[in-house]
Amino acid sequence: MLAKRIIPCLDVDNGRVVKGVKFVDIRDAGNPVEVARRYNEEGADEITFLDITASSDNRETIVHVVEQVASEVFIPLTVGGGIRVVEDVRRMLNAGADKVAINTAAVFNPEFVKQATDRFGSQCIVVAIDAKQVSGEGEPLKWEIFTHGGRKPTGLDAVEWAKKMVEYGAGEILLTSMDRDGTKVGFDLALTRAIVDAVSVPVIASGGVGNLQHLVDGVVEGGADAVLAASIFHFAEYSIGEAKQYMAERGVEVRL
Amino acid sequence: MSKTIAVIDYGMGNLRSVSKAIEHVAEASDRVLVTDDPALILSADRVVFPGQGAARDCMAAISDHHLNQAVLEAARSKPFFGICMGLQVLLQFSDENRGTDLLGLIPGKVRRFPEQQAVNGQRLKIPQMGWNQVHQSREHPLWQGIPQDARFYFVHSYFVVPDDAGLVVGTTDYGVSFASVIAYKNLFATQFHPEKSADHGLQLLRNFVHWDI
Repeated sequence: MLAKRIIPCLDVDNGRVVKGVKFVDIRDAGNPVEVARRYNEEGADEITFLDITASSDNRETIVHVVEQVASEVFIPLTVGGGIRVVEDVRRMLNAGADKVAINTAAVFNPEFVKQATDRFGSQCIVVAIDAKQVSGEGEPLKWEIFTHGGRKPTGLDAVEWAKKMVEYGAGEILLTSMDRDGTKVGFDLALTRAIVDAVSVPVIASGGVGNLQHLVDGVVEGGADAVLAASIFHFAEYSIGEAKQYMAERGVEVRL
Repeated sequence: MSKTIAVIDYGMGNLRSVSKAIEHVAEASDRVLVTDDPALILSADRVVFPGQGAARDCMAAISDHHLNQAVLEAARSKPFFGICMGLQVLLQFSDENRGTDLLGLIPGKVRRFPEQQAVNGQRLKIPQMGWNQVHQSREHPLWQGIPQDARFYFVHSYFVVPDDAGLVVGTTDYGVSFASVIAYKNLFATQFHPEKSADHGLQLLRNFVHWDI
């Protein structure tokens, strides 16, 4: 049976891992290659790099990061952040990325998703969706797409948007709950379930993981095909091996 | 003895990971060439034939690079490893793109996973994306050091159905049981990506680099 995937996510700024990674036996926790190698050894099923470099002058650094990691870590790599035109996608894939995540650019120019999937295939185009609940208490649940780190509403309904992106060729959806991101109270399971049930492609749940049961809930209750987390792995609260063991003991199919 | 391993480059998909993975497992004296030159492919000791993307685009790219004959010749004559579309295009016909004629080396077809099929109450997601088990249905030298039912990384919506079930050396379940690995004499081809399958994938490529036929 196909395994549910566990994906650690690394924020990279100017070629360095930020938001702190604490492994006692890593020499340079800011070095993406060392961190990626460590996650691979722990059994990560994939690694996602999110480039948060603000200056466009320094965008090239993420390309070198991907090249270095891809030369010695032989699991799938996804890169997101600052992907705006077809040329950005091409550069990342040539550097060794297997998938590229398109976020804001998809909102402002949905045709870009079409162009990218026509050119490179759906298998390597992930559309990242940042959603926030907009329904009030007692109303039917409704989520909207937000940009700029959850600050700007777009008026787009999250479920409809996910369907549209799949029609446009997205091969996977990376779904982040902006309500839960950083809270450590668990995924927004209703949101996850709503998107999973609406689309035919795999969905990665993200935002809110604080413990291992949250990962189980994401796949069992949310129905997610993969779970993405940052801080619980970075701060070595849990290793990926422990997470997988925990999930396996609760009946989730994982790659051990 | 130093060997030359050619990775066929016809512009479909990123070959960097494939060449890096082979360099990782090859001997220091081996040469890994990423090339679309038929002469280099035919003079290489071993050939790796990767591929990503839609069937029609792959066939057009092979043709544009004048590689049809070189691929077929290499697949008949020397250790040859097909990966993903590099497996599928070896068959005769794919349902993809409303029907696409393929290279036709191996009698059989390429089919799409059934839509709307439910497994354990959940809809089958297409593409299959992730780590699935490969059941070694037949012995093969390239399985050496790889446990039965080990997991490999898959990304695909179509799978091969060879006419001769005897060619199947590995099977995988995804809604249906399909041929995830086929082998015939000097040829070995996988639906999954060994270059993205961590230790088991590297072991498979290592076995290929050292395969004595």
